Amino acid sequence: MPGRRRFERAGRGEVRLRLPRTERAVLRSLPAELRSLLADEPEDPTLERLFPPAYEDAEDESEYRKLMHDELLDGRRRALAVVEETVEHDRLSAEQAQAWLTALNDLRLVLGTRLGVTEEMFLEAVDPRDPRAPEMALYVYLSWLQEQLVEALEPGP
Amino acid sequence: MPATLTPAEVEVEAPRGAEEREVDRPWIVVVWNDPINLMSYVTLVLQKLFGYDKAKATRLMLQVHHEGKAAVSSGTREKAEYDVARLHAHGLWATMRQD
Repeated sequence: MPGRRRFERAGRGEVRLRLPRTERAVLRSLPAELRSLLADEPEDPTLERLFPPAYEDAEDESEYRKLMHDELLDGRRRALAVVEETVEHDRLSAEQAQAWLTALNDLRLVLGTRLGVTEEMFLEAVDPRDPRAPEMALYVYLSWLQEQLVEALEPGP
Repeated sequence: MPATLTPAEVEVEAPRGAEEREVDRPWIVVVWNDPINLMSYVTLVLQKLFGYDKAKATRLMLQVHHEGKAAVSSGTREKAEYDVARLHAHGLWATMRQD
C-alpha cells in the first residue's frame, strides 16, 4: 500500500480517493486544527501566507483587506469542511477535488511557514533527532499527497 | 473661477492631463517565488485561472522559480485586483502594481 497512488483520475475532473485508514485519520484531524487557528488566533504569524498583501501602498492594502479578507477566509473554511465531509469517500467530484487541492495547499502553507521551510530543506531525509521531525514528516507527506492530486487534476496534453 | 460653475462642470472641462494618463496605465499582477508552493501546483493554478496552455503556464512558473517573480496578467485596476484575489484564494503569493 505505501507506494500506491492516493488519487487517480476518474474522468470529467473526478478523482478516485485511495487512502489507507491511517492516512484518512490524519486528514480528518488536520482541518479542525487549521480552523481553530483561523478562528482563535487570526493574527498568528503562521497564517500570513494565507493572506498576503496585494498592494504596497498601505491605504490601498487596507481597502483590499476590507473587501477581500472575509471572502478569502470563507473560501478556506469551506475547503477544509469539504475535506472533513469527504475524507471517508472513495470518489471526489470535480468540485470536491478542487477543495481538497486548496485545503492541502493551505495546510502546507501554514505548516511550511511554521517550520521555516526553504527550497533546499528537504533534499536530504528528515533527521529523526530533530525536534521538528514529526511536523517535517507531516509536511513531506502532505506535499507528496498534493503532488499526486495535481497530477490527477492536470488538464490533458 | 465664475461663481455659476458647479464643481461637476469644472471636472468635465478640466484639461486632459497627467491624472488621466495615470488612470490609463495598466496594472500588472506579479507572482513571487516561495519555497512552499509546488511547481506543478503553480503551473496548474495559472492554467486554471488564466486559461494559459501548459507551455505558457510552465514558462511563467519557471520564471517565478528562477528569477523570483513573473508578471502573470495585466489590465484595469479592477481586473488586476480580481486576479490577485483569485491567486490569493489559491495560496499563491501575488501582488499588483501600476505599470
